[in-house]
Amino acid sequence: MGRFVARRLLQMIPVFLGTTALIFFMVHVLPGDPVAAMWGDKAADPAQLAAKRHQLGLDQPLLQQYVTYMGHLLTGDFGTTMGQRKVIDVISAAMPVTVRLTLMAFGVEVVFGVLIGLFAGLRRGKAFDKGTLVITLLLISIPVPVLGFLFQTVFADQLKLVTPTVQDSMNFGQLLLPAVVLGSLSLAYVARLTRTSIVENVRADYMRTAVAKGLPRRRVIGTHLLRNSMIPVITFLGTDLGALMGGAIVTESIFNVKGVGNAMYHAINQSDGATVSGFVAVLVLVFLAASLIVDLLYAVLDPRIRYA
Amino acid sequence: MPDLIEKKKTEAVAVSAPEKPEKARSLGSDAWQELRRNPVFLLSAALILLLIVITIAPGLFTSVDPRAGDLRNHYLSKPSYGHLFQDDWFGYDGQGRSIYARVIYGARASIIVGTCVTAAVTVFGGLLGMLAGYFGGWVDTLLSRITDIFFGIPLLLGALVVLNAFTARTVWSVVFALVALGWTQMARVMRGSVITVKQADYVTAARALGAGTPRILFKHILPNAVAPVIVVATIALGGYIATEATLSFLGIGLQDPTISWGIDINSAQNVIRTAPHVLFFPAGMLSLTVLAFIMLGDAVRDALDPKLR
Amino acid sequence: MTTVMEKKTETGRLVPGTPLLEVRDLHVEFKTRDGIAKAVNGVNYSVAAGETLAVLGESGSGKSVTAQTIMGILDMPPGRVASGEILFRGQDMLKMSGEERRQIRGQKIAMIFQDALSSLNPVLSVGYQLGEMFRVHRGASRKEAKAKAIELMDRVRIPAAAQRVGDYPHQFSGGMRQRIMIAMALALEPDLIIADEPTTALDVTVQAQVMDLLAELQAEYHMGLILITHDLGVVADVADKIAVMYAGRIVETAPVHQLYANPAHPYTKGLLRSIPRLDQKGEELYAIKGLPPNLLKVPAGCAFNPRCDAATDLCRTETPALHQVMDKDGAELAGRRSACHLWKETLHG
Repeated sequence: MGRFVARRLLQMIPVFLGTTALIFFMVHVLPGDPVAAMWGDKAADPAQLAAKRHQLGLDQPLLQQYVTYMGHLLTGDFGTTMGQRKVIDVISAAMPVTVRLTLMAFGVEVVFGVLIGLFAGLRRGKAFDKGTLVITLLLISIPVPVLGFLFQTVFADQLKLVTPTVQDSMNFGQLLLPAVVLGSLSLAYVARLTRTSIVENVRADYMRTAVAKGLPRRRVIGTHLLRNSMIPVITFLGTDLGALMGGAIVTESIFNVKGVGNAMYHAINQSDGATVSGFVAVLVLVFLAASLIVDLLYAVLDPRIRYA
Repeated sequence: MPDLIEKKKTEAVAVSAPEKPEKARSLGSDAWQELRRNPVFLLSAALILLLIVITIAPGLFTSVDPRAGDLRNHYLSKPSYGHLFQDDWFGYDGQGRSIYARVIYGARASIIVGTCVTAAVTVFGGLLGMLAGYFGGWVDTLLSRITDIFFGIPLLLGALVVLNAFTARTVWSVVFALVALGWTQMARVMRGSVITVKQADYVTAARALGAGTPRILFKHILPNAVAPVIVVATIALGGYIATEATLSFLGIGLQDPTISWGIDINSAQNVIRTAPHVLFFPAGMLSLTVLAFIMLGDAVRDALDPKLR
Repeated sequence: MTTVMEKKTETGRLVPGTPLLEVRDLHVEFKTRDGIAKAVNGVNYSVAAGETLAVLGESGSGKSVTAQTIMGILDMPPGRVASGEILFRGQDMLKMSGEERRQIRGQKIAMIFQDALSSLNPVLSVGYQLGEMFRVHRGASRKEAKAKAIELMDRVRIPAAAQRVGDYPHQFSGGMRQRIMIAMALALEPDLIIADEPTTALDVTVQAQVMDLLAELQAEYHMGLILITHDLGVVADVADKIAVMYAGRIVETAPVHQLYANPAHPYTKGLLRSIPRLDQKGEELYAIKGLPPNLLKVPAGCAFNPRCDAATDLCRTETPALHQVMDKDGAELAGRRSACHLWKETLHG
């Protein structure tokens, strides 16, 4: 296991370098002029533009720009917002809220997704299974903004169960509705994936062996079936964290949660491209770290990977 | 001796014969037979067909300019729904524009983004995946690392950064952003599929018979490896449409004067309590469109993957 | 527990010859899209402690379905026990509750499957899977279970058992994996082991080792053994008696050596003739003509009649009973039965 972790960490280095280079490339090399964009639609004085470029180091050779950029990333300098605040400060203020929201969404998605998928898979072809397939299909089809407004209308405006927007962004109860909205798309995917996996594994030979060993049904399902069926689900969960972070931008703006997503939404609306890129860089780093953890978890679950 | 071989052959046939009474058909035609009888497929195919007609000829459905607003038609002064298939069918929005006309014209952006992104990622990602899977070795290592790097950036987040670079954004900038970040999924699926197929005996046989690499790749491997890619692509198409709408909703996707359901959902969000219909129709059409493609993908998967039948 | 103790000798072993299992007139059906497939049509057989019964037949003959029904691991639905009894020490298991049957599985009757790689759980270490038997049925602690697992692996002669107890199934060779399967079946010293094609997936050289190990352990514990196979070669050395199955019925039963020397059913005769032999080098190998029957439409009369060279009109209309077989002088041959109208001609002709 130790060797596997070491190897996985080493493999991570080129991916990390490559991904940051890619973000750098997207920010600095793609068509479009970030400096000109700062002036918006107004035509800017060329001298002013040149001065700004020099200030940002954009007149340096590309490679040097990249080295400078990496230096900034590694020292935690992700740039400055239009309001002259450091991006890293905005993020560290907003991150706890987003982390809490994302983890709640993740929890909802894993717990309910796996349970629903498990029961649907075990009752394949029955009413519960068919109902699950239809409802998850609907959930997958409704884009996050639409789902957000839908839930807001139903649960807050009609049923008056919760307030339509979040007042206190660290309040567990108030974050519940946004978390459910954020997690529901992935919940549907997890439920379907778990169901398929259960249906495939329930007929496996090792399941027959487990029954023939005289194990109680609970153990046959809990230890033998579930553990094998979780392997594809874990793979999905690893990549899904990235989708949750993207979805958080939408959810936070709809429910007015004061997190990273909301800050990003405002930066987008103010055409503050440098800030958006800074945010994305941080989130991508968080995402890479999270997928590494999921990868290691995957190896714990499936020994065939560990020794491959 | 020839007798013996002949006998062995009939025996081999005999073993599998009782399970397949009818003549074996190809996977493709088998899947088509299965699809034709699947009501989910028929329903989604009909919906998609309708959407394509709307995309090509929106004028068939409405004669009103979707961009022309008349404040006398503001939603506060008009009922939220009107006459069947008339311009006031879905009511009017805050600028007095016909919501029905905007919903009809909004289909074009979604369908173009969905189909173009899917086609491009399937060809590009599929090709890279096929090369990586078939050649293995350093080609695989290199291509897989590149895939990993792109895969490290979540689709929506990456698209935000790419689209930032465009000051005037059109349908094609959105397509570009989604293709640039979306091809990794197809490459991974294709690579896995090709690696499985590559080990099949008929590929070894083709190679033993002296078939060249391009022939093996396109005649023997591709037709047998493409099924999972088609399934993933169909389902992903719905996802790309949803992503475009989300980007437009966030204000970094399509821009006026392009008509997009995502933009309309965004501008409707402030009035959902007074005029919910302004949000309802573009949101409903968007969901219906995504649903149609995902149902299609589901049906195709069921038909191509007999294991789950 | 006391009833179990009574039937064992002072050493804790079963008394050889104690009747263990009796299958009576068992009928099993499968519901399929195209109708009801009768997989097992009135099978009778019995096994005593220390005895090895080989059940021989092609795929689809119902040999494995019978075993799965005894074990209680038949997929239901689509499978269904239409009628019959399965007596284990005089008690009908088909009338027992699910919990009673579970207590028998693994503890009293254990099963060895054909493909050990797919039959072992790929994500759990072999030590865990062996130890699980003791933890679930004997309430052993994690540590005790591991010690027991190592002991078992030693007993089936897996080298360096203590080091390999934490390894996973894919890290073992085919023969070693089948030894682990055997160890698992043996774990709680059951009265009866059902081995479903235990050596089919193995290399020929390994087959013999695994078979010898199984026979040796059976002799040591005086267990009953039901050996299901399609391979006549495997059976000869280890079995006491053979039941040949065709289309869900037993067509012939006999003590092993008598069956080889002198079969009383044309199907058995055909099977024996189709074994390649060195002294027949250069000659064309015999093969039974035709195909095994479709279980949805089993031929009328004797199910084997379309493939039988000696079939008469009687064979095409009347299903033969399982006749007692007699020698030329009319004396009953113990344990020999044949479901052929023409058993006399087949045996003596």
